[in-house]
Amino acid sequence: MSEVHVSTGQPGQGPRKIVIDPVTRVEGHGKVTIRLNEAGEVEQARFHIVEFRGFERFIQGRMYWEVPVIVQRLCGICPVSHHLCAAKAMDIVAGVDQVTPTADKMRRLMHYGQVLQSNAVNFFHLASPDLLLGFEAPVTQRNIIGVIEAFPEVGKWAIFIRKFGQQVIAATGGRRIHPRLCVPGGVNQNLSIEHRDALRKDLDQIIEWCGDALELHKSFVRGHENLHATFASFPSNYVSIVGDDGRMDLYDGVLRAIDADGKPIFEGVRPSAYRDYLIEEVRSWSYMKFPHIRSLGREDGWYRVGPLAQLNCCSFIDTPLAEAARQEFMALGNGGLVHATLAYHWARLICMIHCAEKIQDLLFDDDLQGDDLIVTGERRPEGVAIIEAPRGTLLHHYTVDENDQVTGANLIVSTTNNNEAMNRSVTKVAIDDLTGHEITEGLLNHIEVAIRAYDPCLSCATHALGDMPLVVTLEDADGSVIATRVKQ
Amino acid sequence: MSLLDVGVTPPRVLVLGYGNPGRQDDGLGPAVASGIDRLGWPNLTAVDNYQLNIEDAMDAAEHDVVWFVDAAKAGPSPYAVHEVSPASSIEFTSHLVRPEAILAIARQCYGRSPQAFMLAIRGYEFEFIEALTPGATDNLRHALAMLTDRIRRLQMPVSL
Repeated sequence: MSEVHVSTGQPGQGPRKIVIDPVTRVEGHGKVTIRLNEAGEVEQARFHIVEFRGFERFIQGRMYWEVPVIVQRLCGICPVSHHLCAAKAMDIVAGVDQVTPTADKMRRLMHYGQVLQSNAVNFFHLASPDLLLGFEAPVTQRNIIGVIEAFPEVGKWAIFIRKFGQQVIAATGGRRIHPRLCVPGGVNQNLSIEHRDALRKDLDQIIEWCGDALELHKSFVRGHENLHATFASFPSNYVSIVGDDGRMDLYDGVLRAIDADGKPIFEGVRPSAYRDYLIEEVRSWSYMKFPHIRSLGREDGWYRVGPLAQLNCCSFIDTPLAEAARQEFMALGNGGLVHATLAYHWARLICMIHCAEKIQDLLFDDDLQGDDLIVTGERRPEGVAIIEAPRGTLLHHYTVDENDQVTGANLIVSTTNNNEAMNRSVTKVAIDDLTGHEITEGLLNHIEVAIRAYDPCLSCATHALGDMPLVVTLEDADGSVIATRVKQ
Repeated sequence: MSLLDVGVTPPRVLVLGYGNPGRQDDGLGPAVASGIDRLGWPNLTAVDNYQLNIEDAMDAAEHDVVWFVDAAKAGPSPYAVHEVSPASSIEFTSHLVRPEAILAIARQCYGRSPQAFMLAIRGYEFEFIEALTPGATDNLRHALAMLTDRIRRLQMPVSL
C-alpha cells in the first residue's frame, strides 16, 4: 500500500526535490530524496537512514569483555557479525594476536553459518521476487508467495538454508539468539560430536540447493542481460578484506581496495592501520557518515562493499564450487571487474556456496573438538578488527582504559561503507525513470530494487509497529517538496 | 472423570515476541515471550527474537493459534489486539518481515493457516537503554494478564 502527497512546487522556480520520507527515528524506514535542478532534471538523489552513533556512546564505560555480547543488540539481522568483530577487536585489547586453532575454527564456523543464512534471506525473501518474476510484475504478485507459486522449490530452499545457518549458529554459540561463543582471547566451548553429526547430515543437500538457486538466478540474467548490466549501475572502487594471498576470506585478513579498472589502490593493510587509508566524513544532511579512501579524496574516494566487492577484490576462492562460480561470474566483466549493481545478487549466491563449502570443511576438522579454547596476553589500550559481514566490510575500533572500561568506540558498518554508492544507484534510477513531477509506482519499484541490491541494514534492530518502510520525496532546487510517496 | 467429560487436546499455541531489549520499550515483545514461557503449560511455545524471520513460518505451521507480539510506537494503551491474515508483500530491506508474510509462507509451503493475532503493546521510548519505561512496564503487565487469560481459556478441557 502506498500514499501519495503532492505539494505545490512551481516549475521554473529553481531546483526541485522529490522525497521518499521516514516518519520515525528508530528503525524500519528509509527515506529517499530526489532533487531537481532549475531545468527540472534530476540533480541528485539521496538515500537516508538513521545510524547508531548513540550506540557507540552506549558502549563507552562498559567492561571490555562484555562488549562482544552487548554489541549483539546492534542489529537484528547480523548480531553474530557484530559479536565476532567485537571479539576480534577485544582479542587485541586482551593482548592476543592469535587465538587457538579450535577458537579460530569455531568462530569461522559461526561466521559462515551467519553469512549463509543472512544471504539466503536477502536473496530468497527480498530479491527473488524482482529477479524471478520481473521488475514489472504486479506488486500483488511480486513477493515471496508469488515466487513460491511460480517456483515451488524456492520456498523449501529459503526456509531450510536459512534454518541450517541458524542451526550452525546455535551449535557454535549455544543458542540461535544472543549466542555467546566468543570471549576476548578465544571461545568458551567447542563443537560437540552430536552437533557436528547433526549438521553433517544436511550439508550435502544445502550445498546442492545453493547451487540450484544460483542456476535459477543465472537463468534470469540470461533472459535480461542488458537490464542486469545497466540497472542502477556504474563503475566504482571496491573495498574488502582478503587473505594474505588474496583469497576470499570473509572472517579475517587484510584490507584491499581496487579502482574501477581493478588496479590496487592499497592492499595488505592491517585493520589497525585503517585510519591511514580510510577517512569518515560527516555531512549535515545525514545521520550517516561518508567513509572514503583518504588518498583519493571525498569526490573520488567513495567505494562499494558487500558481495560484489568481495568477488571483485579477491584473487581466488579456496573452495572448488565457489571458485568455479567465481570464474564464470567474473567473465561478465570481459576481463575487467563486474560493476552491475544487480550482480550483487549473483555474488551473494556465490558467497553462500563458499560458506556452505567452508562449513563442510570445518565439520570434518577435528580441531573443532579441541579443548584449548582461550589464550591470554598482556593488556593493550586499543583494538581494531574487521570482518566481512553479509552486507560487507564491518569495522570495530575500541579504546579501553586501565580499569578495563571502554573509553571510545568507532563502528563503521557495511551500510555506511555503501552510503555514497546507494545514493548513486538511486540517482541513476531517478535519472533513468523520472518523467515530470510524478513519483510513479514504477519509479518507486525501481528505487526499491536498487536499494535491495545493497540490503541496507537499518539502525539497531528496533522495528516497533508504526514505522513506515520507505518514503520518496521530490524536491525543487530550493528544497520545496513537489511530491511525496509513502510505501507502507 | 465423568464419561460426559471428554477431554479434547487443547490447541497448540505459539507466542512470537519480537523486538530489541537493548532499545527500551522495543523489548516489550521479548518480555511477553519470557513471561509466557514461564507458565510452562503444555502445548504452549514462546519464542523471542529481534525480528520475525522466514523460518518462523515452520513454527507457525506447527501450531493452531499464533500470537505475534510487538511494541507499538503509536496506538492505544495498554495494548491493541487484532486478527492477522496471510498476505505477502515485498520490502526494501530484510529487516522487515511482517506477520502476514509469515502466515502466507506457512500456508503456501505447509498448507497450514493457524488462527493468528497481533498483540501491539504501546511503548514510549526507544533509546539505547536495556530496560522498559515505567509506562511500558505497566502496559506489559496488562498485556500479559490478558494473553495468559486467553491462552488459559484455550487450554481448559472441553465438556460435551
